[in-house]
Amino acid sequence: MSGVPIPYDVLRLIWWALLGMLLIGFAVLDGYDLGTAMLLPFVGHSDAERRQTRETVEPNWEGHQVWFILGGGASFAAWPLLYAASFSGFYIAMFLVLLALIIRPVAFQFRDKLPGYRWREFWDWGLAAGGFVASLVFGVAFGNLLLGVPFGFDSELRLSYAGNFFGLLNPFGLVAGILSVLMLAMHGGTWLALKADGAVARRAGHAARLLALCAAIVFALAGWWIATGIDGYAISGTVSHVAPSNPLAKAVTRAPGAWMANFETYRALIAAPAIGIAGAFLVALLPASRLRKLAFLSSTLAVAGIIATAGIALFPFLLPSSTHPEMSLTVWDSSSSQTTLFIMLVATAIFLPIILAYTAYVLRVMRGRVRLADVAQRDGHY
Amino acid sequence: MIDPTVVELSRLQFALTALYHFLFVPLTLGLSLLLAIMESVYVMTGRPIWREMTRFWGVLFGINFAMGVATGITMEFQFGTNWAYYAQYVGDIFGAPLAIEGLMAFFLEASFVGLFFFGWNRLSRLGHLVVTWLVAIGANVSALWILIANGWMQNPVGATFNPTTMRMELNSFYALLFNPVAQDKFVHTVSAGYVTGSVFVLAISALYLLRGRHVALARRSMTVAASFGLASALSVVVLGDESGYTATVNQKMKIAGMEAMWTTEPAPASITVFGWPDLATRTTRYAIEIPWVLGLIATRSIDTPVEGIDELVAEGRKHIEQGLIAYRALLTLRQNPNDEAAKTALANGAGDLGYALLLRAHSSDILAATPAQIDAAANDLVPDVPVLFWAFRIMAGLGFYFIALFAGAFYLASVRRLEKRWFLRIALFSLPLPWVAAELGWVVAEYGRQPWVVEGVLPTFLGASSVSVPTILFSLAGFVVFYSALAVTDVALMVRAIRRGPVGGPGGTE
Repeated sequence: MSGVPIPYDVLRLIWWALLGMLLIGFAVLDGYDLGTAMLLPFVGHSDAERRQTRETVEPNWEGHQVWFILGGGASFAAWPLLYAASFSGFYIAMFLVLLALIIRPVAFQFRDKLPGYRWREFWDWGLAAGGFVASLVFGVAFGNLLLGVPFGFDSELRLSYAGNFFGLLNPFGLVAGILSVLMLAMHGGTWLALKADGAVARRAGHAARLLALCAAIVFALAGWWIATGIDGYAISGTVSHVAPSNPLAKAVTRAPGAWMANFETYRALIAAPAIGIAGAFLVALLPASRLRKLAFLSSTLAVAGIIATAGIALFPFLLPSSTHPEMSLTVWDSSSSQTTLFIMLVATAIFLPIILAYTAYVLRVMRGRVRLADVAQRDGHY
Repeated sequence: MIDPTVVELSRLQFALTALYHFLFVPLTLGLSLLLAIMESVYVMTGRPIWREMTRFWGVLFGINFAMGVATGITMEFQFGTNWAYYAQYVGDIFGAPLAIEGLMAFFLEASFVGLFFFGWNRLSRLGHLVVTWLVAIGANVSALWILIANGWMQNPVGATFNPTTMRMELNSFYALLFNPVAQDKFVHTVSAGYVTGSVFVLAISALYLLRGRHVALARRSMTVAASFGLASALSVVVLGDESGYTATVNQKMKIAGMEAMWTTEPAPASITVFGWPDLATRTTRYAIEIPWVLGLIATRSIDTPVEGIDELVAEGRKHIEQGLIAYRALLTLRQNPNDEAAKTALANGAGDLGYALLLRAHSSDILAATPAQIDAAANDLVPDVPVLFWAFRIMAGLGFYFIALFAGAFYLASVRRLEKRWFLRIALFSLPLPWVAAELGWVVAEYGRQPWVVEGVLPTFLGASSVSVPTILFSLAGFVVFYSALAVTDVALMVRAIRRGPVGGPGGTE
């Protein structure tokens, strides 16, 4: 396409990186909201402690959630085939995520409007369940990306999906789901240790250390499994990086350990899993009561490292097909047109820095600990 | 082959979730701006009553906002879950405004809404006012991008079909952005939101005045709602008329359906104020007509005819035949991508390719379609005339009613006689009407576009995902149960907040 100043393959690479950034942005920012929600019933024992826990995330979670919505919107715009195949293929899983996310705004808005114990208990557990289900399903979906999912296209590129929801709940998918739950709960724990005070912060700190240790072990286990027990995918022969997007024009092979190829070719990329592991270990080792900022930072790095590891392993695949490997969606054959990728890049280059700036501003306005004494002093409903 | 049950269930789920989402959106649009206006008055005059007003209406705004966000996520993802072929066929164009909406507007609105509630004691007066305005601006710009996406479905400009990728691709972002349909729809829709917000404030204030409670707050709120509402109601009707004109240019069938214009009349066409559209005989019985008016509204002239349904079906038949030539060329190209004759044929007929796809509903091999099947496909172009006819009339009638209501309120407010009980009762009972109008507006715009999901480009039934019937039934049942429970809770909380009133409401307590 003439008139677009950036080559098509470069745009595709940039959009692959941007999609990863959006996912990491979601996991880092909304991840601690989801993690806090999961920990809520366990770290908050009294009504005041529960409110304190919720108030650490209440002013900001709505903005954070937009990372996920934008992730959906950006994949629609930049990777329409990926958006269509993953959302329709993971239909029930997406539906569960939707319910989990829908319950959140409602739980936040509605809980404190009425005083009853049962009413509040219901919404607290609803919030926790929402956080758990969303985290679990995200992880399960990611795990299944590494296994490949059963889909194919007909000659008009109409997609058909041969699996169902229960097919996603295979051993590796579940391990990835558990890793996701552990990781985000750890992240929520380090956030609470930083943002709350008193008993809630202490309990959350302890929980975070334990969760971090488990997350590091499960991450290592999953890595070993991928290296030895799971068939990865690889494009065989050469494939044009600048051809129009049509996923029916390539050959793909499957082989054990193929997901490790990128780390073998580009040794520096091992930094991603290394940061993932090291971040989690740091959280586990740091004293819960001091160095709280460092613990939260380590947790952030762990989350980013773990997600980046999965993305790098898959590259250039976005959504491998287990039944028709040659129809797998890759970075080179499932993007939008060069024009659309370029226009979206311009929009992102303008607005993403602005978003980061005001997210930082909003967090700064709400800085400081949410103290139990302040929360308890207030009438908890209106 | 696509299962018709899957298509019908997917449409039902989309309609239910969209109509449900649209219960909350107009109020968010209107109330956010009303909050910004009230708080501006507070910052300018420094009188605490205006702060109290902002916080009281803010509590109601918050309940509504939470529901709007929650149901909006469903909308963003449903294109992928239930309309996968649609998503991949037009994602190159349609995805962009959706993503930009997130980048430019939704992020802004969602990031600052927390500060609106929790920032009262952490921000300066001016700082908090800026936050409130950012929320209102975010909500409105969000509507702009959504309607740019929707406007493209009504009037798909700036895109061409690419046979290699088998999808529509963007060739002019400028055309997408300045699509006249999108511009008209945006102003019409946000004005409808302002009317909704104003009626909401007007009605609840009327309730307080009738009961003699919170009089100072209610009287001031009513005055704001009256002036803002009057301007918005005028705008919604005028801009609705403008979108009628724009629709005549590219959606003649929708206009013909709304007006139950079965055959072309000599220009200028008369408008049917009332009547009974009869599908079987394709006539409108008991019609009361006003000469000239439709011709003037729809064509802005006295000599251009407004085309009738029968003529449009005949035209559609020609489009289908043209589309078949393009479709044949597409198949040739897939065998031999370098066939120059086929390239030319496809390029010439690409605009009609979608019409050929209509035949999919009648024949698995569309190139072998019989004349009877082509006739059937052309007849599919006729929308549900009685529904459109009535939905449009009720919506437009309500539009005029709102002008009268706000004109009345505005007059009474300016002569300081707002507390007329008869008027307060009318205002109170008008509460549900903007929602009726807004939902019917959605019906006219989207149901009236059928059989197309993208006008002239992609028939709705082709856009559906290849998912199973039980799967959709499961999600549909889930949405109905879940959304109903939320609706009950939402209304209960609203009622409770209204009962409590503004006293000491720590809605924004820090």
